[in-house]
Amino acid sequence: MLGSHRRGDRSAAVPAADDTDAALIADLVKAIGADRVRADAAARYLASRDASIYKEGNAGPVCYPGSTEDVVACVKVATRHGRAVSPRGAGTGLAGGAAPLGQPVVLSMTRMDKLLEVDLDNGLAWVQPGMVNLDLSRALAPHGVHYAPDPSSQAVCTIGGNLANNSGGPHCLAYGVTSAHVVAVEVVLSDGSVVTLGDITAEPAGYDLRGAFVGSEGMCGIATAVAVRLTRNPPAVCTMLLCFEDVSDAAATVSAIIAAGIVPAAIEMMDQRCVRAIEDFAQAGYPEDAAAVLLVEVDGASGGVAIASERVDGIARRNQAISVRIAADEDERARLWKGRKSAFGAVANVMPDYYLHDTVVPRTRLVEVLERIYEIVDRHDLLVLNVFHAGDGNLHPILAYDSRVPGVVERVHAAGREIIEMSLDMGGALTGEHGIGVEKREYMERMFSAVDLDQQGRLRASFDPYCRMNPGKVLPSAHSCSDIGALRASDAAGVWG
Amino acid sequence: MVADFDEALTTFAAEVGPDGPVCARGGRTRWSLGGEPAPGTREVQAPAGIVAFEPAEMTVRVRAGTPVAELHAELATAGQRTALPERAGGTVGGALMAGESSIARLGLGLVREALLQARYVCADGQIASAGAPTVKNVSGFDLCRLLVGSLGTLGLVGEALLRTFPVGETERWVRLAGAEADAVRSCYTAASVLWDGTDVWTLLSGYAVDVDKDLGRLAGLGACEDVDGPPELPPHRWSCTPAEAAAFDSRNGAAGRFVAEIGVGVVHASEAQPPRPVEPGVVELNRRFKDRFDPHGRLNPGRDPLRKP
Repeated sequence: MLGSHRRGDRSAAVPAADDTDAALIADLVKAIGADRVRADAAARYLASRDASIYKEGNAGPVCYPGSTEDVVACVKVATRHGRAVSPRGAGTGLAGGAAPLGQPVVLSMTRMDKLLEVDLDNGLAWVQPGMVNLDLSRALAPHGVHYAPDPSSQAVCTIGGNLANNSGGPHCLAYGVTSAHVVAVEVVLSDGSVVTLGDITAEPAGYDLRGAFVGSEGMCGIATAVAVRLTRNPPAVCTMLLCFEDVSDAAATVSAIIAAGIVPAAIEMMDQRCVRAIEDFAQAGYPEDAAAVLLVEVDGASGGVAIASERVDGIARRNQAISVRIAADEDERARLWKGRKSAFGAVANVMPDYYLHDTVVPRTRLVEVLERIYEIVDRHDLLVLNVFHAGDGNLHPILAYDSRVPGVVERVHAAGREIIEMSLDMGGALTGEHGIGVEKREYMERMFSAVDLDQQGRLRASFDPYCRMNPGKVLPSAHSCSDIGALRASDAAGVWG
Repeated sequence: MVADFDEALTTFAAEVGPDGPVCARGGRTRWSLGGEPAPGTREVQAPAGIVAFEPAEMTVRVRAGTPVAELHAELATAGQRTALPERAGGTVGGALMAGESSIARLGLGLVREALLQARYVCADGQIASAGAPTVKNVSGFDLCRLLVGSLGTLGLVGEALLRTFPVGETERWVRLAGAEADAVRSCYTAASVLWDGTDVWTLLSGYAVDVDKDLGRLAGLGACEDVDGPPELPPHRWSCTPAEAAAFDSRNGAAGRFVAEIGVGVVHASEAQPPRPVEPGVVELNRRFKDRFDPHGRLNPGRDPLRKP
């Protein structure tokens, strides 16, 4: 997936708004107020991109709804004008999922950012979709609970965006991804109706529409309020940094920890090039001479944490760990995590551009998968930094490059394709947490049969029969709705930078 | 990779065929959940057997007709289990389609989170694969979540890849006479807290040192004795909020005898739960899903997840 991009590169000019948009804009202003609608080039440019380098997004008017009623009004106006609607959160997505195709009305949900209710008796909180992930956990801290999914972008990404992508994060190894933490969700459907999917009872009646909606990348409706599950803060936490002279030893340690029946809260792996970039950037205290480090966190009741961390220590040493460091206090723990979460920013010191992949492989095959990645990258004469959720086999190889070098972008794409294909051949999956978006849309046929994709299309069409919500994503063109009046063929094809 | 299906699955698909009303029979432990099959509905049985258990991966691929108890017996050889509840004779497919989580849900998690990949026969008789063979995946729409609890009305599951996890080193059921359920719930190792309005039963699961520490805390709450297992559960299942379940006795005289799952919201009662209002929009979406996935209404006719429990 195309991750960061050259700063200040605005070569992809935003086309001028169609003259016909004047009536649409006037209706949107009438519906939700002039201060909540923007159609100038700057607003549309910003709403045309996400954190990938996909450059073909093309936003129509951008609305900033402040309430569910505003969202309903925008959807109805868009429909009346024959336009699709694309919701977006903070735009930190890495697969082009929030890049609008075909000049839809864009709904930026960032003004709906309130914590509506903390319901400790029912172990949940109702939040608006624009609330920032980390703000939620900070607001919950006085109650001794937190919101478990913690994507690397948690300081800026929103709960609504997390919901759309079924986002993960390091601690999802033990706690599960976003879907496991969404109890119910109020959504606005493409016909402007408002419905609550799931409820806060133990076993809601009917199909698990909540589960079907989570991870639907904005294509099934727009979330306007989310009931998230609160996770009790563990009484004890042990954060360990395991260092190795050989990447294979680190990978073997991961497999051995899982095989020993230990499920840590997180197992993150970083290779030497990544560690050095992080140290230059964030000074997390990682040893720069190690070929690979594992950041392992064990949590739970204190006795079990002591036992499990001791076992992890033993497994690491049996796999030739050169050192095992245990965070002595909360400050050291925070510093170790700061390093891991700064990894993507740190790449900027290595190369001006990067392509961040996200595939999943069986966690028992990490040793051979990493060998294959290095082999592929070497063959294409590229640089790779590996930083990933090793515990669940979720790879994030970062191909760092300089797009000014002729031919390098093509080599990055070729290597990326090989990494994706290799992951699937190893018994893996296309994406573990970043989503399909436009980036991996055409790979879907490599993982799923025509029957499988037809079934996925039925899920989407049950929510949105006319494909008005964020069209052109996830399903390869042959399997998506045929009736996408608002989506122009030229936009749907897409171009990757 | 696009899958090749094994013979058991293709045989099952051929048996389901492309037309005519059909329902899948598991262990018949929750046969009338959401309604009984309409008269004249042909019964089929999903294939049985464990296809591949990979303890180091913490996954198991199993055919839907396999009894959960048989599956768990195999997983226990490596100290693992799944979140699926065990009912006498109940099958993997039945547990997934009923979607009812175990009474140890606080420790085991929900059934709906156990399913990583499903291979199922669609309404037109073809085999579809949903999800991925890995423990983490967001490739496309989440059909697995949709299938769990669908009572076989959207597709008939033939094979499932399930998440497994280690069984606690120590597991102990204890009963506390007249204790506060909330106080028991605060034990970190409590995988289940059941309350019948008077007494509290709890399953403590984890490392022995932590279970012992929690036992010590419970002893401080009053009379505490080891028991073989949970109390007998009344037959009907109510879906309440955790707060409603915790206050159940004072609110529902009509429920009869009850056992409430504290921290969860399921209440087992001797009388059935009165019908719960469902939003018209939810009813409409349920109808649309059924129509899209099974346009001729041939899969488990007579059953409707909206009528659960």
